[in-house]
Amino acid sequence: MKLREVQKLLKAKTLTGEGLLDQLEVKMICGSDLISDVLTFTKEKSLLLTGLTNPQIIRTAEMIDLCGIVFVRGKTPSDEVVSMAAERSLPLLVTDLPLYESCGLLYNAGLQGCSGLQINCRG
Amino acid sequence: MTELTETRVLLEFPVEGGNFPAAGEAASKVKKTLQKLGIDSNLTRRVSIATYEAEMNIVIHADYGKITLQVDPDGIWIRAEDRGKGIPDISQAMIEGFSTAPERVREMGFGAGMGLPNIKKCADLLEISSKLNIGTTVAMGFYYPTAKRESGQSKPN
Repeated sequence: MKLREVQKLLKAKTLTGEGLLDQLEVKMICGSDLISDVLTFTKEKSLLLTGLTNPQIIRTAEMIDLCGIVFVRGKTPSDEVVSMAAERSLPLLVTDLPLYESCGLLYNAGLQGCSGLQINCRG
Repeated sequence: MTELTETRVLLEFPVEGGNFPAAGEAASKVKKTLQKLGIDSNLTRRVSIATYEAEMNIVIHADYGKITLQVDPDGIWIRAEDRGKGIPDISQAMIEGFSTAPERVREMGFGAGMGLPNIKKCADLLEISSKLNIGTTVAMGFYYPTAKRESGQSKPN
């Protein structure tokens, strides 16, 4: 699924990386508010959904090669954080939806989590 | 991947304790260096994550420190040395979930007690030494994907 479709599903606003949304393919999703867990469990090229907006989340994205970040619960990072992401060509989106609902929508649309676990919960 | 023969890269990056805005710069430079050298991307990712965890540990727990990157034909070697309070019980610090990080660090999303266990997961070799109120050294080794893994190989000093 293209990042553009994720943006539409979550009714998200783009903070940076608008030009990349039609190009980048999202294969897996990670939803977490713990950087330690993101560093441990997230696969490369995943999209991270989080409520953390500090600069370390951009550093983390750089280390593990995330394809983008969606800030949930309407959390908006500082201009400094947006600039850091822009320098790294890392798209940032923000949605008003909470983490659980955001993950649910994307899971229902067919995107898997980083554990690789496949649960048939759609009937 | 670039074949390293005689080429040897040795770089040193200072890390300041408590300087959160700069935290991650050393790991970022390590990653960029490995990418420029054409090192395998999975290996680069493992080295970057382990270096970042080690750098965060210095920023969170120590007064100051440095991270040394050595790239040679045998592998990639990262050494994170700091001056600070040290680790009283290393085996306890290796347990997932054990953390002594202060509340403000936890609010940033760190301090889940996953740092050292994650370093162990990423690195092929890991050696931790610590002296109370003096400091800690975390030495990590990473083999190239094609290199033969020999048990008992020691890291460079």
